[in-house]
Amino acid sequence: MTLGVVMLVHTALDRAAQAIRHWGAGGCPVVVHVDHKVDDARYSAFVAALADVKHIRFSKRFRCEWGTWGIVVASQAASTVMLAEFPDVRHVYLASGACLPLRPIAELRDYLDARPDSDFIESATTADVPWTVGGLDEERFVLRFPFSWKNRRRLFDRYVKIQMAVGFKRKIPAGLEPHMGSQWWCLTRRTLGAILNDPNRPVYDRYFRKVWIPDESYYQTLVRLHSNWIESRSLTLSKFDFQGKPHVFYDDHLELLRRSDCFVARKIWPQADLLYRAFPRTERATSTPNTATIDRIFTHAVIRRTRGRPGLYMQSCYPHMDRENGFTATPYSVLQGFDDIMPDFTAWLSRQASAEVHGHLYASDRAHFAGGEGVFRGGQSDSAKLRDYNGKMFLTDLIWNGRTHYQCFQFGPKDTQDISWMIAKDTNALISVVTGAWAIPLFRSGRAMRHVRKEAARLQQIEYKQLKILRSPYARARIHICSLSEFVAAPVDALQLIVDQIARYRGVAITELPAMADLTGFGEFLQDLKNQGMHPFLTGDFPIVKLPTSPAVKARKPYVAHGK
Amino acid sequence: MNVLTSYSLRLQRQRWKLRARRKGRELSGVVDRTKQIGASDILLFCTFRNEDVRLPYFIKYYRDLGVDHFIMVDNDSNDGGQDYVAAQPDISLWSTKSGYGDARSGMDWLTFLQGKYADGHWALTVDVDEFFVYPFCDTRPMRALADWLDASEVRSFGAMLLDMYPKGPVSQAVYEKGQNPFDLASWFDAGNYVISRNELMRNLWIQGGPRARAFFADKPKTAPALNKIPFVKWSRQYAYVSSTHMILPRGLNLVYDQQGGEKTSGLLLHAKFLNTFGARAAQEAVRGQHYGDGREYQTYAEQNGADPDLWCNWSEKYINWRQLEVLGLMSKGNWA
Repeated sequence: MTLGVVMLVHTALDRAAQAIRHWGAGGCPVVVHVDHKVDDARYSAFVAALADVKHIRFSKRFRCEWGTWGIVVASQAASTVMLAEFPDVRHVYLASGACLPLRPIAELRDYLDARPDSDFIESATTADVPWTVGGLDEERFVLRFPFSWKNRRRLFDRYVKIQMAVGFKRKIPAGLEPHMGSQWWCLTRRTLGAILNDPNRPVYDRYFRKVWIPDESYYQTLVRLHSNWIESRSLTLSKFDFQGKPHVFYDDHLELLRRSDCFVARKIWPQADLLYRAFPRTERATSTPNTATIDRIFTHAVIRRTRGRPGLYMQSCYPHMDRENGFTATPYSVLQGFDDIMPDFTAWLSRQASAEVHGHLYASDRAHFAGGEGVFRGGQSDSAKLRDYNGKMFLTDLIWNGRTHYQCFQFGPKDTQDISWMIAKDTNALISVVTGAWAIPLFRSGRAMRHVRKEAARLQQIEYKQLKILRSPYARARIHICSLSEFVAAPVDALQLIVDQIARYRGVAITELPAMADLTGFGEFLQDLKNQGMHPFLTGDFPIVKLPTSPAVKARKPYVAHGK
Repeated sequence: MNVLTSYSLRLQRQRWKLRARRKGRELSGVVDRTKQIGASDILLFCTFRNEDVRLPYFIKYYRDLGVDHFIMVDNDSNDGGQDYVAAQPDISLWSTKSGYGDARSGMDWLTFLQGKYADGHWALTVDVDEFFVYPFCDTRPMRALADWLDASEVRSFGAMLLDMYPKGPVSQAVYEKGQNPFDLASWFDAGNYVISRNELMRNLWIQGGPRARAFFADKPKTAPALNKIPFVKWSRQYAYVSSTHMILPRGLNLVYDQQGGEKTSGLLLHAKFLNTFGARAAQEAVRGQHYGDGREYQTYAEQNGADPDLWCNWSEKYINWRQLEVLGLMSKGNWA
């Protein structure tokens, strides 16, 4: 009888009765406090049903509402009964009706016998710990909270704000340093008795009565005055989510709970029949509690709820602009101008790097997916109308669907420009632009100069606008811009950069260059445009002489471009 | 502006409620077992018309999932399905011969019944070809979800419509009574959905999937809406606005997080594309009782002789809810 259990019961009386029987069968006296909200008929039936349990007492009933003083009063009353009626009890365990012992009670007793002077109670100073509901940590000890947080949230918040604005602060009784922690503790008779019989208790009680959620701070603070040895952890496995409500265990947590080797877990869903059948387990073990796996799962759940998956937009996650945890799921490359200079560029790049290389995804006729497919990953259609219906989500979907592969696509002034701002702001985007490259297809089209002039002016206009976006202070992408003449002078540099970026660090050295378009007469072409009054300023300077065509490849020696 | 907007929405809601009261008179009771409904029972609301072949599996599916009582409206069936339903011990049945379209796709009838029976209950509103999937649905009954939502102070739960289709022409997926439709229509599109926000009602408007890809590529704006809010802790003041896509008061439409996180959500697997599809598309196109006078059905009827093959190389084969969660179609949120 060295271990006694104080149990607070609110709902699911049948499950509470089951837990009481477990404790009783393990040889623990139990003092039960049933919430005053439970009506008398149900209470009487509950008491009668437990008449056969040997060492059981029922303490005076108080009203226990979430986060109120009533819960502390209830535990005080029940603890007093425990200490008075069961003199053999050395450790008192505070549990709830939704707590379920996982291991044989005898093992818990052995564990406590080996640590007779330890008080197991999570107790941390507010300054150091951020776990709190409603963002109130220090405030809960110095403000007043006359309004219910659950039912009158707006009034609650407003009153807090007013108090903070006028600088109101309650005085904390001398000698107390506020601590907080899980409300489920296991204290020694010595410590618990000292707390309950402290001559200053009326002062402390008066103070804590008005503290917010006192059940998480009353014992946690006072234990610091009286305990010889605090083990600041709870023996009850109890996880809280970001709203401060406990995670609930279901049947599918069976293995997880079994492997945790915790003594007691809460909160168990009342209808988790399998758990109530499986625990407490009967076979003995000597392992110590290990909650790493459970921790990880519940931490992940909270992150999923608060941060989400980067780059995913879906029915239950649609962030306000710029609140998203990343516009897109993974890094990707946007390549502009290269395929104008080197018609074979797309095929070449797919050979060079392990990436999915798309053509112009935003082309006016259709989305040119890698391999020329009509429908791509996730069922994305190549229809230009569908794509342009929501151009940004077309890209976020594409990157999300292809997040296991590196995605590259060609872009240019001929394409729909809906995504210009988005990719510029996206830290995942690697944007390489050869400005003025659009002039090469025009040059090679052989069309009449008056058509070409108009088209060139339009494309230059669009590209110029886009460059302004890429150079704006809001641009967060990794951006590399060079003019056509710079590129032609040293193509390997720019291409190697692309390959390296796809490989994340350093890709294979380029040994083979894609064939360049024949630029014989390109200088004259540009001069012709100028003569028509359309200055192609984005191409850079081209002399009106014959230019070299395909440069011979000697990797990593950019000057070979001039080496003819 | 804010006060005016909320006031006009309030008026709109009251209008729907009034209309439901009027339309409720079109209903005549067939079997009323509503006395059996317990205080915390989960209810299912559904309208059907000539769905005899689908009803047995539908009812079994939701019974297994933990629906305690079904409240159904038979819209002039003549295939015997209504008798099957009336014989079930946990179903209350009403019937009407009035037009489905005139009752806002049957929503007026259901709003009337919801106001009467669903107050204070968790209520699931679905069609006979919609199958609710939520995180952990293979191990936790709907009661667990409802309890968790209650504890989290969440009043409404979103579940996007996910169109399922067979491999090959739909006419060849011959569905038999009692069969799991997803044995045949086991494929879906994983990632071609686009979202915009309805600023007035605050719901998301989701379009995409195989229907947008196959039928609406030329008119994406008219593609069917896939956003749905089928599971609601009902109060007699509530009213669905358009099918279960939107609900008033509009706060209930916020089933999505706006700070970058993910709220818990589920899916409605849509077993529309089976051999029953062609005949129905032809019928409904003529009847014109569906949304926008059956424009959607006219589109189907025009194309492929209403016998499309929606399957493509990138179609995903359905395994379980975890797969849907990993693909980002639904989310566990902070339920673990």
